[in-house]
Amino acid sequence: MAEAEESPGDPGTASPRPLFAGLSDISISQDIPIEGEITIPVRSRIREFDSSTLNESVQNTIMRDLKAVGKKFMHVLYPRKSNTLLRDWDLWGPLILCVTLALMLQRGSADSEKDGGPQFAEVFVIVWFGAVTITLNSKLLGGNISFFQSLCVLGYCILPLTVAMLICRLVLLAKPGPVNFMVRLFVVIVMFAWSIVASTAFLADSQPPNRKALAVYPVFLFYFVISWMILTFTP
Amino acid sequence: MATTAAPTGGTRNGAGPEWGGFEENIQGGGSAVIDMENMDDTSGSSFEDMGELHQRLREEEVDADAAAAEEEDGEFLGMKGFKGQLSRQVADQMWQAGKRQASRAFSLYANIDILRPYFDVEPAQVRSRLLESMIPIKMVNFPQKIAGELYGPLMLVFTLVAILLHGMKTSDTIIREGTLMGTAIGTCFGYWLGVSSFIYFLAYLCNAQITMLQMLALLGYGLFGHCIVLFITYNIHLHALFYLFWLLVGGLSTLRMVAVLVSRTVGPTQRLLLCGTLAALHMLFLLYLHFAYHKVVEGILDTLEGPNIPPIQRVPRDIPAVLPAARLSSTMLNATAKAVVVTLQSH
Repeated sequence: MAEAEESPGDPGTASPRPLFAGLSDISISQDIPIEGEITIPVRSRIREFDSSTLNESVQNTIMRDLKAVGKKFMHVLYPRKSNTLLRDWDLWGPLILCVTLALMLQRGSADSEKDGGPQFAEVFVIVWFGAVTITLNSKLLGGNISFFQSLCVLGYCILPLTVAMLICRLVLLAKPGPVNFMVRLFVVIVMFAWSIVASTAFLADSQPPNRKALAVYPVFLFYFVISWMILTFTP
Repeated sequence: MATTAAPTGGTRNGAGPEWGGFEENIQGGGSAVIDMENMDDTSGSSFEDMGELHQRLREEEVDADAAAAEEEDGEFLGMKGFKGQLSRQVADQMWQAGKRQASRAFSLYANIDILRPYFDVEPAQVRSRLLESMIPIKMVNFPQKIAGELYGPLMLVFTLVAILLHGMKTSDTIIREGTLMGTAIGTCFGYWLGVSSFIYFLAYLCNAQITMLQMLALLGYGLFGHCIVLFITYNIHLHALFYLFWLLVGGLSTLRMVAVLVSRTVGPTQRLLLCGTLAALHMLFLLYLHFAYHKVVEGILDTLEGPNIPPIQRVPRDIPAVLPAARLSSTMLNATAKAVVVTLQSH
C-alpha cells in the first residue's frame, strides 16, 4: 500500500487521499538521511539500522559508541554553544564518569576506624539523584528540555571534576604539606568553574531567559558537593 | 495505520490520537510529564531502543496486513486459519490495552505538573523574600501574607545540606553506621518536613489560619538565618561570636516567623503555645547544628589529656601544630581567632 512505504513522519496523510495517489509511483530510497532539526524520530533510519546493528560485530558497536562518547567529551572540554549533547544524548558517558569517580573516591574498607569517606554507593547515589533533582527543578521552572537530555548534560559535565580527581590523586602521592593542599585546592576550583561553565552553555538555552539564575544555582550546589568530596579525599 | 500507540499523557489532543503526543511536544510548554512515554523525543539517538517499540509496532502492522492478506486463504482452510487470526487479534488487543493502561497510570503518578505552580517565581522575588525573612513585622493585627512557593525553601534546605557537609568534614566527624551525606540530608529535610508538619498540626489544634504549603514556605525561608550563621561559624570558631550570631540572626528569623503566626492566630493561649514551640524548636536546632559538628579533635586530645576528661565532652580546644596541613586554612583562622581572644582577654 502506498502509505506504508512513505516516510511515516508525514502528519498530513493519516488516511490515504486521492491527492497523494500519484506519489506511489515515486520510490523513496531509504538512504536519504533525515537529520537536523526535524523532531520526528528518524524511524526510517532506525529501521535501516535495526537490521544492520544486529548483525554487526560487537567490536563495531563498541567502537561506534566509544567514538560518540569521545566526541561528546571533546564538546564538554571545549564548551561552545552547540546542541550535540542535547540532540544525540546518551547515558554511557555519564555512567563511565560516575563509576570512575566513585571507584577513585571510595575509601578502602581495611581501616574502618577512620571510615569517614564516601563509599561507592554514596557517590553513585549523590550523582544520579542530584542530577534527577536538578532536572525536575529545571522542568518545573518552565524549561523545555527533556528528562534524559538534562541527565546527559549534567553527567557529561562531571568530566572536568573527574580529571581533577585524577590530578589530586597524583598530587597526593607527593609529600603532604601546605603546598600540596594549595595545589589541589587550585585544581579543584578551576575544574569546578569549568564544569559550571560547560553545563550552563548547554542548559541555559532551554530555560526562560529571566530564570536562568534560578536553574543554575542547584547546578552550582551539585558540583560544589562533588568538588568538596574530591578536595577532602585523603587516601 | 490507526492502530499505532496512543500516548495518553496529554490533555490537549487536537490531532488524531497517534499524533497527540507529537503536538504536545512541539508546543514546548506542554505537560511536564517525565516523557519516557513520549517516543517522539528521542530524536536521532542511535543507542536508544525507544524506536524499537515503534519498529515492533510496524512489524506487527505488517504482520497483521500479511495475516489479513492470507485470511482470505485461511477461510478456505476452515477453522484452523480462523483460529490463528482470532488469537492474533486477541493478543494484539490485549497488548494494546495493557500498554494504554500502563501509560495512563504512569502519566497519572509521574505527572509533576501538580508542583508547577509552586515553582513559578522570578529571581527578584526570591531575593526579596530572602531578605524579608530576616525582618520581623510589627503589625500583628492583620493576617500577614505568606508566599506559597517551594523553590526558595527547597534551595535553602539543599544549601544547608551543603554547609552541614562542609562543617562535618572540617570537624572530622565520624559516622559509624551511615554516611555523611545521608546524615546531612536526613537532618535538614527531616527538620524542614517534620517540624513543618508538627507546627501545622499544632496550628490545626490552635485554630490558626495557615495551610501546609504556607508553613513549609515559612519554615523554609526561616532556614536562611541558619545558613548564614553556620556558614560563618563553621569557619571561625569563636564561641562568643557564635552566641552573638545565634541570638541576633537566629532570633531575627524566629521573630519574623513568630510574628507571622501571631498575626494568624486568635487567643493568647493559642498564640503562646504555637509561637513558643516554633521559637524553641528553631533556636534549639541552630544550637544543635553548631555543637554537634563542632571542630574537635577527639582522638588525639583524649590520649593527651588522659582519662580525666570524659570522651563525649565537646569543648573548643587548641589545635596543635602537628596536624596534617590539609586543614591549614582552618588552622590559620583558628590561630587568628585565638589571637583575637587573647587580645580581648588581656584588656
